[in-house]
Amino acid sequence: MNMQMTDPEHRIDSLDRRIIIATQDGLPLVSRPYALIAEQLDIPVAELKQRLQRMQETGVIRRIGVVPNHYALGYRANGMTVWDVPDERIDELGEQIGALDFVSHCYHRPRKLPDWPYNLFAMVHAHTRDEALAHVEQIAKLLGAHNRAHDVLFSTRILKKTGMRLNP
Amino acid sequence: MGRQRQKKDRDRQTRLEHHLLNDFQHGLSLSPTPFADMAEVLGVSENEVLTTLQQKKQEGVISRVGAVFRPNGVGASTLAAMAVDKNEIERIAEIINGFDAVNHNYEREHEYNLWFVLTAENEQALAEVIKEIEQQCGYEVMSLPMLEDFHIDLGFDIKWT
Repeated sequence: MNMQMTDPEHRIDSLDRRIIIATQDGLPLVSRPYALIAEQLDIPVAELKQRLQRMQETGVIRRIGVVPNHYALGYRANGMTVWDVPDERIDELGEQIGALDFVSHCYHRPRKLPDWPYNLFAMVHAHTRDEALAHVEQIAKLLGAHNRAHDVLFSTRILKKTGMRLNP
Repeated sequence: MGRQRQKKDRDRQTRLEHHLLNDFQHGLSLSPTPFADMAEVLGVSENEVLTTLQQKKQEGVISRVGAVFRPNGVGASTLAAMAVDKNEIERIAEIINGFDAVNHNYEREHEYNLWFVLTAENEQALAEVIKEIEQQCGYEVMSLPMLEDFHIDLGFDIKWT
């Protein structure tokens, strides 16, 4: 992949890229993980720290922390909920739904009429399908009359999942 | 060791695991010793934190401890959907998964039954990959690029059962 992002705000250089590749499978679980990564990359640890900090500020890195595997923790019901809401209200409504604790992603996407009338997407995670459907009800209630149509697409199989990766 | 004591140790370990998985999904310290910092907050030893994280990673309960990158971090990306004949799902999914540009592919219960995320260097490369996938699969791709992200990603609050 290109080393520079098209979007200038999220531009990364070749060292950022090496840092991403060195850490994308996780930090080493040792007492001084950053020192070890810095040593592998042959850069001062202060530089590594400053770059991780900056990538968090620009949003290239969304967060650094423990990444649980929700499926392994029993979150087996994964529903992509899709909603048709008025475009002029979508920012306000999207922010409310994105803040719900059972929603992991919430995006505005374009409609494709006549086949696809939905412009708001919210991923809902639950232990069971019934629990997920209760979450859907909660979103529907929150949207009220702004909800002109909605649907839930449960996943039946994960056919591929590699996450965002840079290739060395 | 008495049974009481064993139970107490088990409960303590479970509590430690729950806190480790739930409380540290964002904001990992950039200090030289982030795991010692976690240990201090939890009132346990650094060694206990490291051992538990290693064990949970081995069990697959933790994917990793590290950075979560912006989903459309590099270049252009889109969510793509295809309405595929039920009998052809496996064959078509295999073709789609063969593309490096595809990093997620889910089967979902809907007329649009294949949903996959595409990333490419730029918009033009993305359009080319979509065309190539359509040609190889013999199905049209519905492309739904993200227009806005409403979620502030602080991780996901786990409800233990």
